[in-house]
Amino acid sequence: MTRAPDAKDGALLEVRELRKYFPVRGGILNRAVGWVQAVDDVDFDVLPGEVLGIVGESGCGKSTTARLLMHLIRADAGRIAFDGEAVRPDDAAGLRELRRRMQMVFQDSYSSLNPRLPIEDTIMFGPKVHGVSAAEARERARELFSLVGLDPAQFIRRYPHELSGGQRQRVNIARALALEPRLLILDEAVSALDKSVEAQVLNLLLTLRRELGLTYIFISHDLNVVQYMSDRVLVMYLGKVVEIGPTAEIYERMQHPYTEALLSAMPSMDPDRRTETPPLVGDPPNPIDPPPGCRFHTRCRFAESVCSRAEPRLGPAAGQDAANGAGHLVACHMRVAGSGHSQAPA
Amino acid sequence: MTTAPALDSKQQAAVDAAQVAVQSRGYWTTVGGRIRDDKVTMVCGLVVLLIVFSAVFADLIALADPYKASMLKRLAEIGAPGYPLGADEMGRDMMTRLLYGGRLSLFMGISPIVIAFVIGGTLGLVAGFLGGRVNMAIMRVMDVFYAFPSVLLAVAISGALGAGIGNAIVSLTLVFIPPITRVTESVTTQVRSLDYVEAARASGARSLTIIRVHILSNVLGPVFIYATSLISVSIILASGLSFLGLGTEPPEPEWGLMLNTLRQSIYVNPWVAALPGVMIFFTSLSFNLLSDGLRSAMDVRL
Repeated sequence: MTRAPDAKDGALLEVRELRKYFPVRGGILNRAVGWVQAVDDVDFDVLPGEVLGIVGESGCGKSTTARLLMHLIRADAGRIAFDGEAVRPDDAAGLRELRRRMQMVFQDSYSSLNPRLPIEDTIMFGPKVHGVSAAEARERARELFSLVGLDPAQFIRRYPHELSGGQRQRVNIARALALEPRLLILDEAVSALDKSVEAQVLNLLLTLRRELGLTYIFISHDLNVVQYMSDRVLVMYLGKVVEIGPTAEIYERMQHPYTEALLSAMPSMDPDRRTETPPLVGDPPNPIDPPPGCRFHTRCRFAESVCSRAEPRLGPAAGQDAANGAGHLVACHMRVAGSGHSQAPA
Repeated sequence: MTTAPALDSKQQAAVDAAQVAVQSRGYWTTVGGRIRDDKVTMVCGLVVLLIVFSAVFADLIALADPYKASMLKRLAEIGAPGYPLGADEMGRDMMTRLLYGGRLSLFMGISPIVIAFVIGGTLGLVAGFLGGRVNMAIMRVMDVFYAFPSVLLAVAISGALGAGIGNAIVSLTLVFIPPITRVTESVTTQVRSLDYVEAARASGARSLTIIRVHILSNVLGPVFIYATSLISVSIILASGLSFLGLGTEPPEPEWGLMLNTLRQSIYVNPWVAALPGVMIFFTSLSFNLLSDGLRSAMDVRL
C-alpha cells in the first residue's frame, strides 16, 4: 500500500532557518578570516511517506544539509523537529533516539564500510549500540540481508572488499535500516554506481519504502533519477532553497530561472528536447562571499537592479493556478507582485 | 544509554571474542598465506625465533658459566677445545656469553618499543581522535623531542639519569614515543574522517565504542608494523648505549658492552672480537627484514 503524502498527518521532519557557516581559517593565529555560507536559512518540511528530492550543483549545500539533519555536524542556527518533537542538539539521549529514527546512506559505498569487519558485524553494530542482544542483532541482520536482496548464507561473513559496488550499497542500506528508522537520508546513494546497478538499487529503495512505510530524503545531482524517485523536489543554489514543490510542478512549470537552467541541462533521449547552447555560463560564485541580494543574479539572464539589492523570499508564485500550484514555493523577484522587477506581475 | 539496557559484560565479551575469532580467520589467513610465500621473511622469522629461543633458554644451552674467567684461555681461537666460539679477553667462553648477552640485548632493545607502543599509541590515538587543541598540545610536545637526533637524545637522557639497564630503557622509550605517536596520530586522523566512522556516529554510538570497534582495528595494524620496524634501531641503540658505558655494566654479558671490552683485542684475535658485532648485525637485520615482510603481507589494500 502506498502512503499518500497527507498534510493532515503533519510533517515528519520540520526544518526551520537551518544555517551552517564554515570558518575559513588563515593567518598566523589561525583566526576565521571568512565564512563559507554552506547552508543559509533553509526551511522545508518532509511529509510522512514521501520522497523529497534535493537537487543542485556541487557545493550548493546538499550534503551539508544531510549532515546537519543527522547532527553529524553542529548547526549554527535553526530548529529541527522530528514527528512534532523539537530536537535539542545538547540532549544526548534525545539525539540517540533521533538517530534511531533517522538514518543515512552515504555516497561512497566503500569508505562507509569498515574494511576490517565482516559486513554482518557492520550491520549488527547499530542495534548493539542501542542495546539489542547479539543474538537478536544477528537475527535481524539475516532478515535485512534478505530484504535488500543479498543471500544471507552466501554473504554474511564476507568483507567489504569481497563485494561489488552495488552489493556494498545494498549492505549500506541494510545497515541504515537495522535501527528500523522512519526516515532515510540518501546522500548521493546511487551516484557512484553503474547505470544498470543504479536502476536495481533505486527499485529496491522504492520497494523498501512501500513495504516498510519509509520516508526518504533523496539527495542527488542526477535530475532524471530525482524525477523518477521523488514526490516533491527541493532545488538548492549556494546554500539557499530557490524552489520547492511537487515533482511534476517543478519539472513542468518551474518558476525560478535557476531551476529552468538546471532542467534544460538535463540530458534527454528526445532530439527535440536537446539544447545546443549551454543554459548557464561560469561557475557558481564563491560561497565565502556570496553576492548580495538574490544569490543567482550574477548568472541570471533576467537579473535587474532589484535582484542585487534585495533578497527574494521563498513564497508562492504570484498569479499561479492555485489548484495546480499547491505547495509550490519559489524565491524569485519575478514571481512576487510589486517586487520592482519588470517581469513581476503587477 | 537511558533508553536501552546495555549488554552485560559477559555477553559483550563473548560477542567481542566471536568477532575477533571470525575476523582473524578472514584477514589473518590471507596474511599468513602471503608470509609463507615470502622466503626472505620466512628465513628472517626463523633467525629471529632462533635468537629469541637461544636467549630465553641460554641456561639450558650454554656449556659454561658466563662469568667464569681463565687466565690461560684468554682470547682463545674459535674452535679451541671446550670453546666452540673462542674466549674473550678474560678467558670466558664466548658462546656462553653471546647466548646470555642476547637476553640483555633483546630485552633492552624490545622493551622500550613495547612501552613506547603503549604510551605513544595511546597519545596518538587521543590526539588523532579528538583533534583540535588536544592534538596541538600533544603533537607540539612531540616536536620538541624531534628536534634532537635520536642517538644524541638517548645518550643525553641516559647520561643525565646515570648508567644502568633501567635508565637505558627509560631513555630509549623516550626516544621512541614521539615517532610512534606521530604515526598513530596520522593514521587515526585519516581513519576518523572516513564515512564508516561517520556512519557509526550516526547510529548513536559513543566515542569509546567507535574507537574500540572501528578505529582500533584499522589503526593498530599499521602502527604495530611501524613499531616492529623500530626494534632493529632500538637494538642497535641499546647496544650503543652499553658500548658507551651508559647501559649495562661489567661483568654483565651484553653484546654492545662485549664489543667495547673486546675492542682492544681486535689485532690479537679479530674473529672473536667481531662476534658480538656480528650478532647485533644479524639480529637487527632480521628484525628489519621481518617487519618489512610483515608490512607488505599485512598491507592488504582491501
